[in-house]
Amino acid sequence: MLQDFKQSLVVSLWFVFLTFPLLVVRVNTIENVVVWRWSNILWVAIGSFVLSYFWRFLLLRRNRRQKQAEEGIASYGPLQAALDNILLRNRAMAVLLVLALIFPLIFDTYQTNIMVTALIFVVLGLGLNIGVGLAGLLDLGYVAFFGVGAYSYAILNYYFDLGFWIVLPIGGILGCLFGIVLGFPILRLRGDYLAIVTLGFGMIFKVMMENWETLSLGPSGIANIDRPGFFGVQMSLAQSTTYIYYIMIALVVLTIIVTNRLKNSRVGRAWIALREDEIACVAMGIDMARTKLSAYALGAFWAGIVGVIFAAKTTFINPASFTFMESAIILSIVVLGGMGSILGVILGAFILVLLPEYLRAFSEYRMLVFGAAMVLMMIFRPQGLISNLRQIYQYKGTKDKTAHD
Amino acid sequence: MTENKHKLLEVKGLTMDFGGLRAVDSVSLAVHEGEIAALIGPNGAGKTTFFNCVTGIYTPTSGDILLHPKGLETRRLNGLKPNKVTEMGLARTFQNIRLFSSMTVLENVMIGRHCRTRSGIFRSIIRNRGVREEEQEIVETSYRLLEKVGLEKFVNEFARNLPYGAQRRLEIARALATDPFLLLLDEPAAGMNPYETSELDQLICRISEEEQIAILLIEHDMKLVMKISNPIYVMEYGKKIAQGSPLDIRDNPKVIEAYLGEEVDA
Repeated sequence: MLQDFKQSLVVSLWFVFLTFPLLVVRVNTIENVVVWRWSNILWVAIGSFVLSYFWRFLLLRRNRRQKQAEEGIASYGPLQAALDNILLRNRAMAVLLVLALIFPLIFDTYQTNIMVTALIFVVLGLGLNIGVGLAGLLDLGYVAFFGVGAYSYAILNYYFDLGFWIVLPIGGILGCLFGIVLGFPILRLRGDYLAIVTLGFGMIFKVMMENWETLSLGPSGIANIDRPGFFGVQMSLAQSTTYIYYIMIALVVLTIIVTNRLKNSRVGRAWIALREDEIACVAMGIDMARTKLSAYALGAFWAGIVGVIFAAKTTFINPASFTFMESAIILSIVVLGGMGSILGVILGAFILVLLPEYLRAFSEYRMLVFGAAMVLMMIFRPQGLISNLRQIYQYKGTKDKTAHD
Repeated sequence: MTENKHKLLEVKGLTMDFGGLRAVDSVSLAVHEGEIAALIGPNGAGKTTFFNCVTGIYTPTSGDILLHPKGLETRRLNGLKPNKVTEMGLARTFQNIRLFSSMTVLENVMIGRHCRTRSGIFRSIIRNRGVREEEQEIVETSYRLLEKVGLEKFVNEFARNLPYGAQRRLEIARALATDPFLLLLDEPAAGMNPYETSELDQLICRISEEEQIAILLIEHDMKLVMKISNPIYVMEYGKKIAQGSPLDIRDNPKVIEAYLGEEVDA
């Protein structure tokens, strides 16, 4: 306690010393006088002292929690505990679903549009979660699959006038195929090497779309892509946004159901085992190639589908929408939310998409806040906002059986 | 003595080179039905490399690894992938424990059932009755195996939180979940105290008797080896230097030399 106090004091003095030339001394070159702003010292001292002390307190708390976790005392937060309660969870989900369904009726088109973007990132996050969170395959070029979906709709619509609903599955399947194509060369790679290859793939996609003018119309992009049709009904912009919003809600629900079922299935367990220990995994009879490829292909499938919706929503796409920055954000969603945790990923997507949107007032500091938040997150909650919920298995031991006999 | 028993695993002249280093040099051995065979030798003799060749983690430079499952045709294991080898009924554990540490004890064993179950991606998504029944079967079988190795009280614990001896037993349970007819144990007693070791040798004998699973084990604990295994194969510098019953091995001058060093006549 006293130790912390002392150290914080030293830190604040050090800060006073460092900021002295900048914040205290001011040379007025016009009147040739030096202005001494002594009051600033006080503010710097107090501010740095409080921050430093708070920082120490947080670190201490984290260490205590870690120690507890090592000793086997479950350090469940109230949120995590509430999530483990199935009845409560189902009710919360029902409320959320109703809220989601009436959202466009309450808010205006602008808000709905932002929400569609957030939902797109939810699906992207859930898709990447299969590869990164469950199977442990770090993918830095995930946005390429998103681009494959978007471009497949844009190109098929531009050249062949194909409609949204026909291309939607095609986009998913194309994404899937690209996932498998990329999957083969990286079967033997792990960790850093895998990250670099996928990063390269993301780059290749963008460069190709920029330069293959005859196919993709180059950097100027493809405009006037059709919005999704609804039995030939003409819709206004607002109606069409609402329509896309409901399509996205349906897709999100579908993604959640599918990923949740996969996670708790034989296939999902194989993915997790692969993440934990590759050699033990194959020695236990799991086909590594098939498991890795399926994780990749499924992740890419969702990105492809949601890419089609993205193209239909914006009606204009160009290669600049599919940069490394997007990949990084999707990856941050997964990491921030909690690897492998579906709920965490959804929460992460909302935070990372909606916060910058509503923080437009501080647009210059947006990325700064974003970066600081990530750093703090990695220090204090490296497992993500919400850690993975465990599946509960029902089993009747043989002992019970013999007792009945 | 072993002539009338069914031969399960037959290794002929197995050689494994790493560049210029010959880690295993034309080693031959056989494991018969109902046997607990042991492979011993000083550190660096090539025992684990031998295991890795048999289980498909390495592809041997030359030699034959033949598996004769009962009632099925003989299969050559050279160059097969580890998962195929496991599918054929040959399971293993690792010298340095390789559990899936952030999965629960039960889930670890459930992974072992992977190659004996069939639900794919689409069926897992639909989750029809067949899949649910299969899933339940996996859980029940895994739980029974945990009871067998005495870990049922840890069932929902994370594997990394288990005591060391329990982790070793969990590895055995996981290997058993793949329905093997031959179990390869790589130093199952390493790092255990005498009490845990004696529990382990009972477990190994029980597996061998009750489950009709033949066992090949690498071990440094001579007391354990001499007590439960027959025959014993001894390796040194990649070569097999002796084989036979515990009594033969104990008195074999070559083995004594390998372990204690050559006597110098002065």
